[in-house]
Amino acid sequence: MAETEVPNEVHTHEGHAAGHAGGHGAHHAPTGFIRKYIFSIDHKVIGIQYLLLALFSVILGMLMSVLMRMKMTWPEHAWPVLGTLFPEGAPGGVMTPEFYLSLVTMHGTMMVFFVLTTAPQGGFGNYFLPIQIGADDMAFPYLNMLSFWITFLGLAVLVAAIFASGGSVIGPTGGWTGYAPLSAVGHLFNVPGQDMGVNLWVISIAIFCVASLLGALNFIVTLLNLRTKGMSLMRMPLTCWAWFTTAVLALLSFPVLLAAGVLLFLDHNAGTSFFVPGGLSNGTVVLDHSGGSPILWQHLFWFFGHPEVYIAILPGMGATSHILSTFARKPIFGYRAMVFAMFAIGLLGFFVWGHHMFISGMSPLTSAAFSVLTLSIGVPSAIKTFNWLGTLWGARIRFTTPMLFAIGFVSLFVAGGITGLVLGQSSLDLSMHDTYFVLAHFHLVMGVAAIFGMFAGTYFWFPKMFGRMMNETLGKIHFWPTMIGVYAIFIPMHAMGMVGLPRRYSQFYEIIDGKMVWIYNFNKPTHALIHFVTWAAIITVAVQFLFVFNFFWSMFKGKKASDNPWEATTLEWVTATPPPHDNFGGRVPVVYRGAYEFGVPGAPEDFVLQTTPDESGPNVAYAAEEQGTGNGHNGRG
Amino acid sequence: MGRAFAVFLWVMTGLSVWMFVNGKWWFPPSISEHGPAYDQQFILTMVVVGVAFVAAQAALGYAVWRFRDTGEGTRAVYSHGNNRMEILWTGITAAIFITVALLGQRVWWNLHMVAAPAGSNQVRVVAQQFQWNFHYAGPDGKFGRTDPRKISDESINYIGLDSADPAAADDSVTQTLVTAVNRPVELNLAARDVTHSFWVPQLRFKQDAVPGLDVKVHFTPQTVGQYEIACAELCGQQHYKMRSYMLVVPADEYNSLVALPQSQFNRRVGELVRKYPLSY
Repeated sequence: MAETEVPNEVHTHEGHAAGHAGGHGAHHAPTGFIRKYIFSIDHKVIGIQYLLLALFSVILGMLMSVLMRMKMTWPEHAWPVLGTLFPEGAPGGVMTPEFYLSLVTMHGTMMVFFVLTTAPQGGFGNYFLPIQIGADDMAFPYLNMLSFWITFLGLAVLVAAIFASGGSVIGPTGGWTGYAPLSAVGHLFNVPGQDMGVNLWVISIAIFCVASLLGALNFIVTLLNLRTKGMSLMRMPLTCWAWFTTAVLALLSFPVLLAAGVLLFLDHNAGTSFFVPGGLSNGTVVLDHSGGSPILWQHLFWFFGHPEVYIAILPGMGATSHILSTFARKPIFGYRAMVFAMFAIGLLGFFVWGHHMFISGMSPLTSAAFSVLTLSIGVPSAIKTFNWLGTLWGARIRFTTPMLFAIGFVSLFVAGGITGLVLGQSSLDLSMHDTYFVLAHFHLVMGVAAIFGMFAGTYFWFPKMFGRMMNETLGKIHFWPTMIGVYAIFIPMHAMGMVGLPRRYSQFYEIIDGKMVWIYNFNKPTHALIHFVTWAAIITVAVQFLFVFNFFWSMFKGKKASDNPWEATTLEWVTATPPPHDNFGGRVPVVYRGAYEFGVPGAPEDFVLQTTPDESGPNVAYAAEEQGTGNGHNGRG
Repeated sequence: MGRAFAVFLWVMTGLSVWMFVNGKWWFPPSISEHGPAYDQQFILTMVVVGVAFVAAQAALGYAVWRFRDTGEGTRAVYSHGNNRMEILWTGITAAIFITVALLGQRVWWNLHMVAAPAGSNQVRVVAQQFQWNFHYAGPDGKFGRTDPRKISDESINYIGLDSADPAAADDSVTQTLVTAVNRPVELNLAARDVTHSFWVPQLRFKQDAVPGLDVKVHFTPQTVGQYEIACAELCGQQHYKMRSYMLVVPADEYNSLVALPQSQFNRRVGELVRKYPLSY
């Protein structure tokens, strides 16, 4: 990873002719509506498509979480509107336990796959990776289009599960982790949702795996082969490193989930027994299956599932680093350490999946090893935190909305990540496993921290994507209740977990003759917290619609944005706003320096564009000697 | 805005710390031999976590307060980092984390890697949707054979005890776990349909009961009383109330219970449940 120049011979016309036979090489912008906005091969349009898909999914997922909170807080309350919408799932407006479990499953699946995996990578990554490395598109534009539409198909199948799971539920009821045998043969035990619901769910996930795999390949090839002149690896923005690392993780982990999904599908439908042992009984008959292992499913699932956590969070780390440096007006602290820490997190992420399985019944010695490996991930995570603080130290911070969310990301990442020190110890997991403590931990770090990364990214890049600024005042009004709200929701969950509140319980008390009766007395101390968290969640979710409004309103009515409204340094701010079809209007940006040259002594402004050849001279988008070579853009002309 | 953010971070940090130290929300008191070691390790870890959390949030708050752009037109410090600092804090973090990880192995080791003491009381646990079954060997000390084909909820044979096996004649199956105070007990966990998880918060451990596996775990209860058993692994629509109870009774009462024939066992368990009620 030395600072070597890009081998330019890769960019010859011949080199690309084969890969781009299909008309893209001509770079004519499509004119028809369908080719331009629906089946587009332009990475920018595809990026926005991914973002809209994630926005749709996150709204559904969020509403599901509110329903879940309502069920557990007011378990027997009748909500007439729910009775109308779900006559079987909420008869008379009272949600059933199985309806709750289907909410749990669909919320998790929706959020993990169609929000946390799509928006940060497929959305922002697609839009900005090619621009930030000075390319005119992804390496395989058709593949890119295919990735999106396959993802869309996956979402459609998942949404179909809402309607096709059998009335009383809106999807399978086995949780997003789909543990076998419940997911494989739950229908034989008459568990609602475990028949067609499981089928659609596992098909949806399998489709999603294929899409992610194609996307990951495209990202890796693009980043390695299409960097513009002067864009050595160590000059790339940290966002690119994050998307690259994420793509490598996706490439190695999604195939495992795909295979596991196929096996589960076979167990469920074809009578195979990969995950189902012999001798299972429903109380009357013994099932035909024999010879499988429930633990095998957990190994395969978490071999994917743990890297998935980093797939969700790494792009957020990249965006945060990028945005912190920009608004701190200061170079990133320890760029090289940041890159290595990111890779270390990615690599170690493949050796720790067993910490999800400490109490699963696998060999106790294995748990001991996984425990030590898990805690070692804390080291690169701490490096990242220190370096973010180092970046802010001595800064001149501009508190724009994206910066607020980026700082919020750092705070949340610390708050959520640090309890990994508790849960990563097999000893302590003995009691904390599957309690609200776990919920608090992963929602803070992989849920809201990652979402904060997306918010930061949206407020930051929106002007480049749509040519208009998002409303700053609305942005700040959105930020504060969100920041306070997420802490109000998730910090108390740690306390609930210590008391012992278990996950995935549809309710903790029943109302019998108007009196509240706890199902488990040991949960009693959490009563006030359950109500507090629910109200915090309802308010926080409501505030998110400010963001949705700001997003669409600003698209049409926002203040016009200049090419570089934040006075940033990387290539996306060199080109026009919004960027033309081929990103740089037929020119080749040439890169002369690292990505975060802020506050350079002697420079006329406090930022130096990556394309400026002489740092003591004025910022220029394209160096003089490179002008007039419009046809030679990336050798693709 | 920077000052507001700093104040928010400090207040949030203070409130968070308060949630953990005010004592309102804590584990129920431990009743098992390994419990105090668990609690000690938990507190040690939470102190490390707490110090790191407070330090990081306080420093972040300080940075956003102190280094806000005051509009004077001065530039930020131009620095690309400091390798010595990187090595220093990486080293310190690694040392602390690895130490905690190694210390944390003790409880795990005692619970899972050390064999149950010889002569431990033996109970087979068979989980099913949505009920816990506890299988006692009876006076002969031998567990009767079980066979899934003999399972019949209708004839109340939840675990498939095979009456053809002479050793099964004196076996008892109950839905309440009875243990003797200060006597080690070894549970042999199994499940007959889907994965469940055995959990008593006061025992400070949970363990999955997995179809197809026999998982052993042992502990020594130290306080007489009645405690709730919860299922901690999603097992279906009634998962939230797959509840049972564990009794810890004096040794002589335990001994006289397990010496009882099948016909009297469950009635005696019922009496013990009333004698040692839930105290929390």
